[in-house]
Amino acid sequence: MSETIKTDVLIIGAGPVGLFAVFELGLLDIRTHLVDILDKVGGQCAELYPEKPIYDIPGIPIITANGLTDALMQQIKPFHPTFHLGEMVTTLEKIGDPLFRLRTDTGKTFEAKCVVIAAGGGSFQPKRPPINGIGPYEEKSVFYAVRKMEAFRDKRLLIVGGGDSALDWTLNLQPIAQKLTLVHRRDDFRGAPDSVNKMRALVAAGGMDLKIGQVTTLEGTDGKLAAASIKGNDGSVARVEVDAMLPFFGLTMKLGPVADWGIKMEDELIPTDTAAFETNIPGVFAIGDINTYPGKLKLILSGFHEAALMSQKAHRYVYPEKKLVFQYTTSSTSLQKKLGVA
Amino acid sequence: MPKITYIEHDGTQHTVEAELGSTVMETALRNDIASIVAECGGGCTCATCLVHVDEKWFEIVGPPSAEEEEQLDAAFEVKPTSRLSCQIKVTEPLDGLVVRTPAYQGR
Repeated sequence: MSETIKTDVLIIGAGPVGLFAVFELGLLDIRTHLVDILDKVGGQCAELYPEKPIYDIPGIPIITANGLTDALMQQIKPFHPTFHLGEMVTTLEKIGDPLFRLRTDTGKTFEAKCVVIAAGGGSFQPKRPPINGIGPYEEKSVFYAVRKMEAFRDKRLLIVGGGDSALDWTLNLQPIAQKLTLVHRRDDFRGAPDSVNKMRALVAAGGMDLKIGQVTTLEGTDGKLAAASIKGNDGSVARVEVDAMLPFFGLTMKLGPVADWGIKMEDELIPTDTAAFETNIPGVFAIGDINTYPGKLKLILSGFHEAALMSQKAHRYVYPEKKLVFQYTTSSTSLQKKLGVA
Repeated sequence: MPKITYIEHDGTQHTVEAELGSTVMETALRNDIASIVAECGGGCTCATCLVHVDEKWFEIVGPPSAEEEEQLDAAFEVKPTSRLSCQIKVTEPLDGLVVRTPAYQGR
């Protein structure tokens, strides 16, 4: 069991709103850690539309989503937030007044005086293909990620997809697999050209099979896969004997464990007040796309506003004895010192 | 205004008016057609607004761009007439368009 990480505030979600919360909390001397299920910061900005322009950030007529993420990272640098990426917070329990214990799926434990849920549309999780009866095979012989390559040694593998994940794992697992079949819906791959060339060379040399079509049925018992049927675009059906299948169809947003933490929810959103964006649990806040209140707009700028107001209330929990004096970054020497500019 | 008919997986039909210049995805959302998810809001990056264009209409609607074709790789049960509805702009010639929506958009 690893040591408990203690922090003032744990922010769940490192999208633009979670990142800006680091800034607003930081100005009030509140230390932060962030957890995000993606392996990079930026949330939806990074995952869904990194190169798309955003036109409604106040004072910035046009900026790409990646550009905004980079700018926010620069803005919050003075506050030295700690990032825990590629991890999902699975449990939250109240252990003080307020004090919370949170655990992640990688086994980390946090203790935080306040929790800020800035989880957007939920956590990004792999898309599950709509194959009848796939459920019992999942995590037994159907995997959406490779944790240990050795688990696939000498196995007959079926990899599905046409992007970089499918191609990278094809190239990485082909040398240790007994047999590898790649299935994709068309004979064109959007993955890196170098990977595509390497894969095609392996096919030509007889090192692996490539099938164009879609997986339609699975056969097996007790979660152990025995074979899969692949329907070709010409209507032909091929049956391939396999031990494991790895589908890579990208990510989709699912609400995830947040629904099990005793926080009041409405239609997969968290209702909050509009003075501090606090949930029904004092000390747990929800900001950005995941919250709801009368008049809510899912805009990044609304999330920024929510982060600022949330921080004022969080200050009361983190420093109950201190009086908060409202200050402007333009004129306050104390704030400027924190930002490293005075 | 052009009319679009959405036929959901279970056979439910919605014939709705579409604003010129909007997209087939936006029109679906405005009319609460739940089988269009549109997670990324029209960025051609999530493949959760898939529709199967009626065969009679496919020629008028046209094929996907290269960018859209790549995104279709992240959709399921893609057919030769499948499109991402956020990439279909509503124009006068599309008056009467019929699209079918899948049971599952990946979530």
